Amino acid sequence: MTTGTAAPSRPSAPRRPEDSIGGTVQAYVDKLRGGDVGSLPAILGFIALVIFFSAMRPDSFASTRNAANLLNQAAPVIFIAMGLIFVLLLGEIDLAAGFTSGVGAAVLVVLMTNHGVAWPVAVIACVATGLVIGSVMGALVAQLNIPSFVVTLAFFLALQGVLLLVVGEGGTISLTNETILAIMNKNLSPALGWVLTVLVVGGYAAIAVLGSISRRKADLPVTSTSVTAAKVGALAVIMVAVTILFNQERAVNPAIKSLKGLPLIVPVTLVFLLVLTFLLGRTAFGRHVYAVGGNAEAARRAGINVPMIKIVCFAIGSVLAAFGGVLFASYNNGVSPTTGGSSTLLYAVGAAVIGGTSLFGGKGRIIDAILGGLVVAVIQNGLPLITQKSGIQFIVTGAVLLLAASVDALSRRRSAATGR
Amino acid sequence: MTENTQNAGGEPILSLRGINKSFGAVHVLKDVGLDAWAGKVTALVGDNGAGKSTFVKGIAGIYAFDSGEYRFEGKTVTVNHPKQSAALGIEVVYQDLALCDNLDVVQNMFLGREMRSGLTLNETAMERRAQETLAGLSVRTLKSVRQKVSSLSGGQRQTVAIAKSVLWNSKLVILDEPTAALGVAQTEQVLQLVRRLADNGLAVILISHNMNDVLRVADSVCALYLGRTAAQIDARSTSTTQIVELITSGRSGDLGLPPALAQEAVA
Ligand SMILES: Nc1ncnc2c1ncn2[C@@H]1O[C@H](COP(=O)(O)OP(=O)(O)O)[C@@H](O)[C@H]1O
Ligand SMILES: [Mg+2]
Repeated sequence: MTTGTAAPSRPSAPRRPEDSIGGTVQAYVDKLRGGDVGSLPAILGFIALVIFFSAMRPDSFASTRNAANLLNQAAPVIFIAMGLIFVLLLGEIDLAAGFTSGVGAAVLVVLMTNHGVAWPVAVIACVATGLVIGSVMGALVAQLNIPSFVVTLAFFLALQGVLLLVVGEGGTISLTNETILAIMNKNLSPALGWVLTVLVVGGYAAIAVLGSISRRKADLPVTSTSVTAAKVGALAVIMVAVTILFNQERAVNPAIKSLKGLPLIVPVTLVFLLVLTFLLGRTAFGRHVYAVGGNAEAARRAGINVPMIKIVCFAIGSVLAAFGGVLFASYNNGVSPTTGGSSTLLYAVGAAVIGGTSLFGGKGRIIDAILGGLVVAVIQNGLPLITQKSGIQFIVTGAVLLLAASVDALSRRRSAATGR
Repeated sequence: MTENTQNAGGEPILSLRGINKSFGAVHVLKDVGLDAWAGKVTALVGDNGAGKSTFVKGIAGIYAFDSGEYRFEGKTVTVNHPKQSAALGIEVVYQDLALCDNLDVVQNMFLGREMRSGLTLNETAMERRAQETLAGLSVRTLKSVRQKVSSLSGGQRQTVAIAKSVLWNSKLVILDEPTAALGVAQTEQVLQLVRRLADNGLAVILISHNMNDVLRVADSVCALYLGRTAAQIDARSTSTTQIVELITSGRSGDLGLPPALAQEAVA
């Protein structure tokens, strides 16, 4: 305790208005009013888009087969976006993330197809490639103070060149390894799907209950049981609905080959979500990332090694991008000179921002990448069913990204005005 | 300069004598001295550019003094890095506060010195201790220690920054113009908090421009005039007029710099 402080009275935990369901709703509305809209636009946007495309194309869009395809389509962008969130939290940008995934895919496929390397070694090499790319970019930004925009733009160009040289102009290298292909093409058995559902809902409930118990023990304000129950209930409803949906038969001709179950990418993504959310939310490192993004000078004075935090964030970003490359290779059965190119990076930045991560630093969560990535994937998946003109698709995606960035900027201005 | 130090309040916890500091050719601090006592508020006053901030940064170890004697708790110490002053129990609340708007009160108070259990942050322990510290300072203006700092008023932010500085067994807290940007009511709250720090046994150095503030809470006043200590006097035996004279001309009656020095400083 503080020197010489008179024995502090133990303040008993006051019952805050947020403790009841009504209070929680009120607090949430206040938060929205204050400009902190979080992931709400992404969730509403996702629902609206799904309803829109389902109404327009009830046969092609609103099918379980397309839903499964949509998840796999979304996954690489989601992984790149999860990595970008670390960089965006610092208030920096990584324009090279798309081609980092392309180069990662190339390393993986070239090692396995051309050199017969075993898949675990190839995956490690791919991830290590990302680690080197990210560390170098991070060091240039943190130690030499070159704006990240410039450093990563240079890497964007250079990595595009590396990809072209490794894969060869116009060529593609295909991948036949069953294990890598399984990630984006196989499904959990329906029974395992239910096990996953129970694990996710049970795990979430256990964390919430244990957290409440330890806070109650410490005599701190606790979220009311009804609020926790409502959250767990909502998650359970979503998980059960999704599992039932995907456990339906979706093969064109089930007699030849049955196709059902949650896509394998779902549990893979959930594991990354869990680990990275833990890293950002529950460790000192994560706390320091937010601090550097919020006020780098304050972080420095608090004794935080700001350059080190920046380097590690860029490294994590590129490692996740390289892993996104593994998913690209799995989804496309190989690698081409355009893997991770064209609009991949914009989709990934869009996913993070649509999900609620701020471009100004200091605000964002890993789940944003998933929510925003799903919105981007619905547009990517649904628009071609309505129009074949790719020009329109580019324009719509650009408009959505701009809309998300505007929401971010406006909410920032609003929170400055309301002092939130 | 010792003859200018008229406080007889027992052994000072911090005692500086003959401190000099130059930036290149600019001689900013000339033989300055200062005493601070546990349980007392020592005001450091002086016009803009008198050298107050430079002096404080030297005490905190952000700059190393060129020469002079730095005694803490009776022992001569060397402080030329912020870590050394922190290890002695000296904390500085800078004018720009250095809080992270996107973090909550607890997260800011423990920034860089988070309590952990294993790999994870020990949130409950940190929240408890933040609450205890705030309660120990009788702070009742915060609705919740889990609200973001961006939602706090200027006075509340100052409160958080001050509470942060006393969290770590600090013995001396230095506040650089804590009320400069505050309204009347919030100034009052912060001044009460400053007083409470001293009443809790800490030594406090308060930099201020505002003579009312100074006379409200200070026990001792040290006036700097163009990089020299004009005088350090007992706050109870002085007046606003006297302090203003010391600040503006380095002298007041028979107090302050010898006329020759006061003149020379101007020239
Ligand atoms: N880093 C520096 N380099 C050169 N001169 C400085 C530096 N810091 C302060 N000074 C000079 O020292 C003098 C005292 O400044 P300062 O300590 O900020 O005064 P105060 O806080 O009392 O207003 C000023 O003339 C200022 O220009
Ligand atoms: Mg100053």
